[in-house]
Amino acid sequence: MSDGEPLVRWQWIGDHAGELADYTGVHLRLGLLPVLFGLIISVPLGIVCHRRGWLYAPVLTVANILYAIPSLALFMIFVNYTGLTERTVMIPLTLYTLSVLVPAVVDGLASVPEPVRQAATALGFGPARRIVQVELPIAVPVVIAGVRVAAVSSLSLVAVGQLIGQGGLGYYITRGLQLDFPTPIVTAIALIMLLALTTDALLVLAQRLLTPWSRSKVTTS
Amino acid sequence: MNELLNQLRLVGDWLASSQQWHGDGGIPQRLLEHLTYSGLSLLFAALIGLASGLLVGHTGRGAFAVAGVATLARAIPTFGLVVLVVTLAGLSTTPVLVALVALAVPPILLNTFEGVRGVDPATRDAARGVGMTEWQVLVRVEVPMALPLILLGLRIAAIQVVATATVAAYPGLGGLGRFIVDGLSRNDYELVIGGSTLVVVLALLVQIGFTALRRAIVSPGLRVAAFTS
Amino acid sequence: MIRFHAVSKNYPNGTTAVDELSLELAEGGITVLVGPSGCGKTTTLRMINRMVEPTAGTVSLRGRDIREIRAPELRRGIGYVIQHAGLFPHRTVLDNIATVPLLLGWNRKKARARAAQLLELVGLPHEMGRRYPNQLSGGQQQRVGVARALGADPPVLLMDEPFSAVDPIVRTELQAEFVRLQKELHKTIVFVTHDIDEAIRLGDHIAVFRTGGRLAQFDTPERLLAHPADAFVAGFVGQDRGIRRLSFVKAAEVPLRDGPVLPATAPVERARAAREPWVLVIDDERRPLGWAAVPELPQSGTLADASLLPLGPTFSLVADSARAALDSALLSPSRLAVGVDTDGAVVGVADAYELSATTVAADAAETEANEDVEAAGDRAGAGSAGGGEG
Repeated sequence: MSDGEPLVRWQWIGDHAGELADYTGVHLRLGLLPVLFGLIISVPLGIVCHRRGWLYAPVLTVANILYAIPSLALFMIFVNYTGLTERTVMIPLTLYTLSVLVPAVVDGLASVPEPVRQAATALGFGPARRIVQVELPIAVPVVIAGVRVAAVSSLSLVAVGQLIGQGGLGYYITRGLQLDFPTPIVTAIALIMLLALTTDALLVLAQRLLTPWSRSKVTTS
Repeated sequence: MNELLNQLRLVGDWLASSQQWHGDGGIPQRLLEHLTYSGLSLLFAALIGLASGLLVGHTGRGAFAVAGVATLARAIPTFGLVVLVVTLAGLSTTPVLVALVALAVPPILLNTFEGVRGVDPATRDAARGVGMTEWQVLVRVEVPMALPLILLGLRIAAIQVVATATVAAYPGLGGLGRFIVDGLSRNDYELVIGGSTLVVVLALLVQIGFTALRRAIVSPGLRVAAFTS
Repeated sequence: MIRFHAVSKNYPNGTTAVDELSLELAEGGITVLVGPSGCGKTTTLRMINRMVEPTAGTVSLRGRDIREIRAPELRRGIGYVIQHAGLFPHRTVLDNIATVPLLLGWNRKKARARAAQLLELVGLPHEMGRRYPNQLSGGQQQRVGVARALGADPPVLLMDEPFSAVDPIVRTELQAEFVRLQKELHKTIVFVTHDIDEAIRLGDHIAVFRTGGRLAQFDTPERLLAHPADAFVAGFVGQDRGIRRLSFVKAAEVPLRDGPVLPATAPVERARAAREPWVLVIDDERRPLGWAAVPELPQSGTLADASLLPLGPTFSLVADSARAALDSALLSPSRLAVGVDTDGAVVGVADAYELSATTVAADAAETEANEDVEAAGDRAGAGSAGGGEG
């Protein structure tokens, strides 16, 4: 970097506002759709693992192994199948979320107090109805805690996808390096963190709205 | 399936060609670089993360700050941070190490803290009751009981450091990511997929290493509890 | 109503939870299943709504083998209350109570109306319906649990240690409330507890189980206390079963004596002349005022001038049990229980030793029930007359 170059040139940000907004949209899509897909996979998988306890350990081991594989390597392996497309970024990111979301669903279901489960059965809930109407709603706070971790991590990992040309705001990170110009890099980092923290805050809000019962503490003894 | 076989054959050919195993830019050198980045930064991060996690967990003060630091750290795009460090400080090891340490501290800190705080207050009380000093309570009771979570934190940190060290090749540093980045720029797919395979193998070895470590040092009494909970 | 025929429950690991149980539970009464932990009482209860399936034998409900009924349907027709209420934390109190009606396909409005009615029935204010369970105290949660079990007005109610997780004061309150409710509802209730006191207080019939899932005795509380079938039952109902039995003896049967009873207008010399350490002081209408300690009486004057010690609880010959008489004796400064009639006038006194003789009398009463009641009436009358002269 040439001496005297400031960390951020505000002028540049102003000039690129429209383009930044476009990349932000792409970044959100690349980062958050995998969380949605991950949830769609994890809920049934988590239910099955909760029901059949022996299945949980192997499923979790596989999810953890997938999580351990560095994103750059995993992207490269998928390039051969899905090319330099958004899918190549989203499939690995989806796989990464499983190591957080499957345990979140299983722990969430395990957080349902045994008397509640017993009471539901005794009142005449069938197994499917009990899962949908009693156990999953009670699991929501724990599941959302997992979704928060998954979403924040996913949004920050998207940038690496730029090495195969699909990195959302990661575009500005490689661009800045090529131009030896820190402003786009700093801007991209700041925007990505802003997206992650905003998403996190919105998820906290969603949890409050979805589970009014979990906030209320015992008021009488 | 044919694709996969083809891919495996490519990797086999690449690994088998003898020039990969010698001299400048060979596999041993890249692996050593990768392990140096990862090992050193993990070591420093463990020192910082364990010390502060134990302190905060034992005293219970600063819990809110720990949660905030963890979320903030998770939100930082590691790729961006490494590139920024190189842009600002040039191509040298130390700044990158600092960035890697910054990434590895939060998971260690958070899990150590959670592990110590999660010790049943009755157990802690009992430890004081039998006459342990605060230091003994920490070392003989809290740390052994927090060990599963401490190891989890170290494992997550190690995985992130290994992955980020791969990405560090992009702005020009060494490590196994070098093969992937060079292969991409030269359109040498054999190099890309060979490098990726090495990275995957290293990551899996780290994972297996931590699983083995956990078996070796976590009390069996805690292992059962961790499994059923 | 509910019939167990040679029912056993064995687990694959070799333990026997229930062993060859045959039992018939009457309609409209409270049957308490009691026993030490691991005696199979809860397993027995849970076989009624198919939460546990027996290994052998049949359970029938109103003559119908319950295996013929699909489990969820069977359960919707049987109320179930458990120890920690098991309320759904994500639903309001009102929606918790409306659970079964909604499962049965009632529309929401009708189900809520029914729930509001039940909330009132269990003695909770209407506003509480909008709260969430974790905003309620343990006792309130348990009431909601009962209301939820009554949702679809099931004829049968199963209760598994419903009051054992709350503190003793709340427990007594809930038990009293429960007795009141049952008088109104006449459900067939099967109630599991490990607390023999609770069993005796609530049960119309008690089934005592021993470890290994065998029925030790099935009887009324009175007969269980009077004639325990064997050493196990005797041990389980406890050393103090004699005292518990007093609960089933009417105070009218207590042998009273005149004792040292004097009006407040009497001079202190008369009290000394009685040669008793304590004198019960009464007013013009024979209502007790308090106890006078004879050694501490003033030199002269009337008993009205003396400082009296508080009376302690009296017992009513009409409404109370002999157990209340015993309490009265133990809490009285003179160690004498004071028996009063409907107007609150003193009939006579008795000490704890004399009261214990009541259970002996009660045994005799079982064989000659009719004469005994008359005799007790005579005794009460005689006591009243005698006291008048004191």
